[in-house]
Amino acid sequence: MTIVNRETTFLGFRRANGRVGVRNHVIVLPLDDLSNAAAEAVAHNIKGALAIPHPYGRLQFGADLELHFRTLIGAGCNPNVAAVVVIGIEDGWTKKVVDGIAATGKPVVGFGIEGHGDHDTIMRASKAAREFVQQASEQQRERCPVDELWVSTKCGESDTTSGCGANPTVGNAFDKLHALGSTLCFGETTELTGGEQIVAARCANDAVRERFMFMFDRYQGVIERHKTSDLSDSQPTKGNIAGGLTTIEEKALGNIQKIGKTCTVDGVLDKAEVPTHPGLWFMDSSSAAAEMVTLCAASGYAVHFFPTGQGNVIGNPILPVIKICANPRTVRLMAEHIDVDTSGLLQREINLDQAGDRLLECMLRTANGRLTAAEALGHREFVLTRLYESA
Amino acid sequence: MIHCILHDAEDTVAVVVVEGVTRGTAMTGWVMDDDRTIALEARQDIPIGHKVALRDMAVGDTVVKYGIDMGKVVAAIRKGEHAHVHNIKTKRW
Repeated sequence: MTIVNRETTFLGFRRANGRVGVRNHVIVLPLDDLSNAAAEAVAHNIKGALAIPHPYGRLQFGADLELHFRTLIGAGCNPNVAAVVVIGIEDGWTKKVVDGIAATGKPVVGFGIEGHGDHDTIMRASKAAREFVQQASEQQRERCPVDELWVSTKCGESDTTSGCGANPTVGNAFDKLHALGSTLCFGETTELTGGEQIVAARCANDAVRERFMFMFDRYQGVIERHKTSDLSDSQPTKGNIAGGLTTIEEKALGNIQKIGKTCTVDGVLDKAEVPTHPGLWFMDSSSAAAEMVTLCAASGYAVHFFPTGQGNVIGNPILPVIKICANPRTVRLMAEHIDVDTSGLLQREINLDQAGDRLLECMLRTANGRLTAAEALGHREFVLTRLYESA
Repeated sequence: MIHCILHDAEDTVAVVVVEGVTRGTAMTGWVMDDDRTIALEARQDIPIGHKVALRDMAVGDTVVKYGIDMGKVVAAIRKGEHAHVHNIKTKRW
């Protein structure tokens, strides 16, 4: 008997477009690197506003620029965000981000710096942010069915305990959520190498399978073009081998434990695309932790499961990151970073079903408002994926 | 005490999850999928995180972990022996 069923609810913030968030952030979102200073000044002026600085946004072009806009607009549209102040160096691209976010019906306003300077921009943006923060502070949580909570996953700093304990715990929780019709996500295209046929076999139909293999082969093509001889020596890494991992297949099989036993892969997303129906989605993505979690935030996910072995410390400003660890040494030495300790799995003190329920319980508490370890520690890694160099 | 873990009843290797497994150690293995235990004896010293063979395997045999193909045997392995890069290789590269 699992702790989630069709009657399970959580307390969330329902947005104008119907989506449900678990945080009520008012964010100050820079369009570009040049606008970080003004955005941070606004967040300093207005208590409760959160600046999300990043290093890009000028002279990008083509698919790389489209991904930039999709990621920023997606971050603003995320249901964990109540309202958005956008600041850009000029009005045109700023308006493009504002219009994209406005489609959700949430409060959003943009300011261009050129012709005004930082002082005037900061003053006008601070007035808007102050209003948004006060409005957001009045919004009440309401009871929502658990299947309205969108959940993503990605693992990091993995070791042999990841494949034995932390990743299967996520898989068990995903199986239970998938059965309820939740919207879920996994990715890490390169780290499926050796296990891609297993993912392909789990695809719900041929169209999904073809799309998955297209994304997988596309990423392999990127690696083939840019790799040095070092890359082919690095899977598994010498550290992986010292830790007991023997082949790339074994490493990938550990990674794939996160999608459980019964989940089907129901759809495929390009980076930062938004799911269009419930089920488990594969998103083409880097295996770098902060990049992948940022893409999940941009796709609209509200809670993230992050299994770790050696102790990755990542967080995200928009998406609460729940850390799961089965390595007793890491749990002992890095306790402040771990939300769900499943090290008992390795000594059979708990079984996989109990470990999965422990994670789901933490998920519900996090959704209801409990801060994750990464949130309490102030981890707000917001990292944009780049496809190629700027013009 | 659990000395090693296998994910699937069909697995031919298990991961050692405690330190100090040496030749002759009477090991208890936990099959996570159906929540039962098996017994075997270590024929060699095996470090924590590394794998122990659950049956005799010949060159060319497929090694199964998570119930799935994780590579091929390149040097014969006996039940209870250390299974790693010296006797298992990827089928990929």
